[in-house]
Amino acid sequence: MSWREIIYQYDGSFEGILCCIFESYTQKELPTAIVCDEELEPCLFEIRRITTDREHAGRIYRSLRKISPDVGPFLRRVYLTALAEKELLMYRFVAKLYREGAPLLRRFTDNDYEPLLKAVRHMNGEAHLLKGFIRFSEFDGVLASEITPKNRVLPLLRSHFCDRYRNEAFFIYDKTHAEALLYSRGVSRIVPLEAFSMAPPSAEEATYRLLWRRFYETIAIRERENPRLRMSNMPKRFWDNMTEFQTDGSLIPPPEGSPADAALPAAPAAKPAPVTPSIRGPFLPV
Amino acid sequence: MIAMELLDKLTILADAAKYDAACTSSVVRRGFQEGKIGNTSSSLAGCCHSFSADGRCITLLKVLLSNDCCYECKYCVNRRSNDTPRASFSPEELAELTIQFYRRNYIEGLFLSSGVLRSPDYTMELMIRTLSILRNEYRFNGYIHAKAIPGAAAELVEQLGMLADRLSVNIELPSESSLRLLAPNKTKQSVLRPMRYIAERGDENRRELVKYRHAPRFSPAGQSTQLIVGATPESDRHILTLTQSLYDKYRLKRVFYSAYVPVVESTLLPSLDTKPPLLREHRLYQADWLLRFYGFRAEELLDDDAPDFNPLLDPKCCWALRHREFFPVEVNRADYEALLRVPGIGVVSARRILAARRVGSLRAEDLKKLGVVMKRAQYFLTCNGALATPIRLSPEGVMQNLIATEQKSLPMAQGEQLSLF
Repeated sequence: MSWREIIYQYDGSFEGILCCIFESYTQKELPTAIVCDEELEPCLFEIRRITTDREHAGRIYRSLRKISPDVGPFLRRVYLTALAEKELLMYRFVAKLYREGAPLLRRFTDNDYEPLLKAVRHMNGEAHLLKGFIRFSEFDGVLASEITPKNRVLPLLRSHFCDRYRNEAFFIYDKTHAEALLYSRGVSRIVPLEAFSMAPPSAEEATYRLLWRRFYETIAIRERENPRLRMSNMPKRFWDNMTEFQTDGSLIPPPEGSPADAALPAAPAAKPAPVTPSIRGPFLPV
Repeated sequence: MIAMELLDKLTILADAAKYDAACTSSVVRRGFQEGKIGNTSSSLAGCCHSFSADGRCITLLKVLLSNDCCYECKYCVNRRSNDTPRASFSPEELAELTIQFYRRNYIEGLFLSSGVLRSPDYTMELMIRTLSILRNEYRFNGYIHAKAIPGAAAELVEQLGMLADRLSVNIELPSESSLRLLAPNKTKQSVLRPMRYIAERGDENRRELVKYRHAPRFSPAGQSTQLIVGATPESDRHILTLTQSLYDKYRLKRVFYSAYVPVVESTLLPSLDTKPPLLREHRLYQADWLLRFYGFRAEELLDDDAPDFNPLLDPKCCWALRHREFFPVEVNRADYEALLRVPGIGVVSARRILAARRVGSLRAEDLKKLGVVMKRAQYFLTCNGALATPIRLSPEGVMQNLIATEQKSLPMAQGEQLSLF
């Protein structure tokens, strides 16, 4: 059996990665790299475009389930992480799993397994923090929020927020990965969303932001001030999207019927407008 | 303008509540219920929504219903004789504010305490009214922590417990003599009576739930309390022993410690320029974790010879250095309880060790990947008989190294905040 060196190009989906694994085993090739369509750069190696075939992906998925029912869900999580070269690492892990079987899943220190575990832990941690750090703003009854996570955490946040705001309509826009979680009346979807920006707050919304910021400032005990502890508990990269660190410009909410209020069109401005880049300016008016 | 009035009230009443340490939402897991708003935290670890400038977690909207207190506790900013602005929320406006904050995911729920307005019973009735508006009119299904006012009638505590997820009664001063001295309107009995009532009612409720699955739940997240550290002369040993007996007798879920921040000039209290004893508070929290998750007992950690914690070294390392006969622990054979006693091994890494060693023996270099802090653990472990560190050190040498390690992770001088929770 001879292995040829080759680069696989796939469509960026989880099934696509499984198809790359399928291809490698049927063609008896060892992929040098697995890249998704967008990342491909010209190079000297032979490149093959792997078409995603649900049947092939299903065969790989079922073969993994035979080893352990936990492998499939675990790999799905790895797929969502920000791990560099995760496709190739997943490939190597699966290849090793085929060779060594289920005991590998307890070998937490294995060189091909540990990086994946670490990446998933990092992602789970980020999702856990975001359950608390996400801030919604209300626009005509719709709750809107924006996040900039490192990993694709929306699938992990889905059940928590759909449960919490069952009777509301809300969406969470993941700016890093240009996708959004939409929810309304018991139905949730994660859709790609290129550009989106928040409308200016209504008078009521501005009032609650003000109240919250005041509460946030008041609850700290001055004698115990400890910026380092705050930063290690709540890293600065989350601050940009949090109400307590934003300024609304004027601290006093505009009176009813003021220009800021009139700027809100009748149609809910916070509803995502897919593809059309909105130029509504920054998150909050200055 | 209504909003500005609310803003002022919120400022006064959040400011008055900030010295309370309890701000957690763990233990209860309650999913969506038809027709109601919200759920409680979906993870066992609770959910922090923000961290204030002092590094403490903000989970709940922590406010007093009123700071118009008729008691005269010497250590408290809200005591009757203090010249401070007074305010009270109306039950309706506080309920509305909670819901609006909750919808924006600012908070996990409400923490409601209060100064004693007119009488304990009157105050409790107002609190019950607030919570019942939240639960019954707004159909709020999120987390509520309510403070039982010492001296209130048992029926009122019962009603409050049916509406809240967790109840707490603050002991504040860790001994009866301090209580007599500094809080003349409270007695040990008036504090312990509601506590015992909550514990007994909780037991009864558990029995009811066995019989009837849908029986109404009384304070499902149990109860907690708070002790002030540093206002009175009690030793760490006294405080930790009290803590342990509270966990044993009343099955408290948490005991919080609050480093005393001088807010009042009084000859009975530390002077106003005393810094809050934050390192001491930190050590107490570390020991508290050892009691709750690591199987330690208070008498193992502190005794008459050493009634206070060593500021240089954490309680677990101190224990390990005093019990050299217990070590070294063999990673590949020791049971869970023994692993937990090793400095540098925690609950998570101990579980990982148990799972990982079933498929092959562990080497020293594997332990770091399992989450063991080798800087501490190396002196106390063997892997297949070989010491994890190749150099043998004298007990004093080990101690010096551990202190140096600890210094790096806590480079701040005593007097700054160190505790994490």
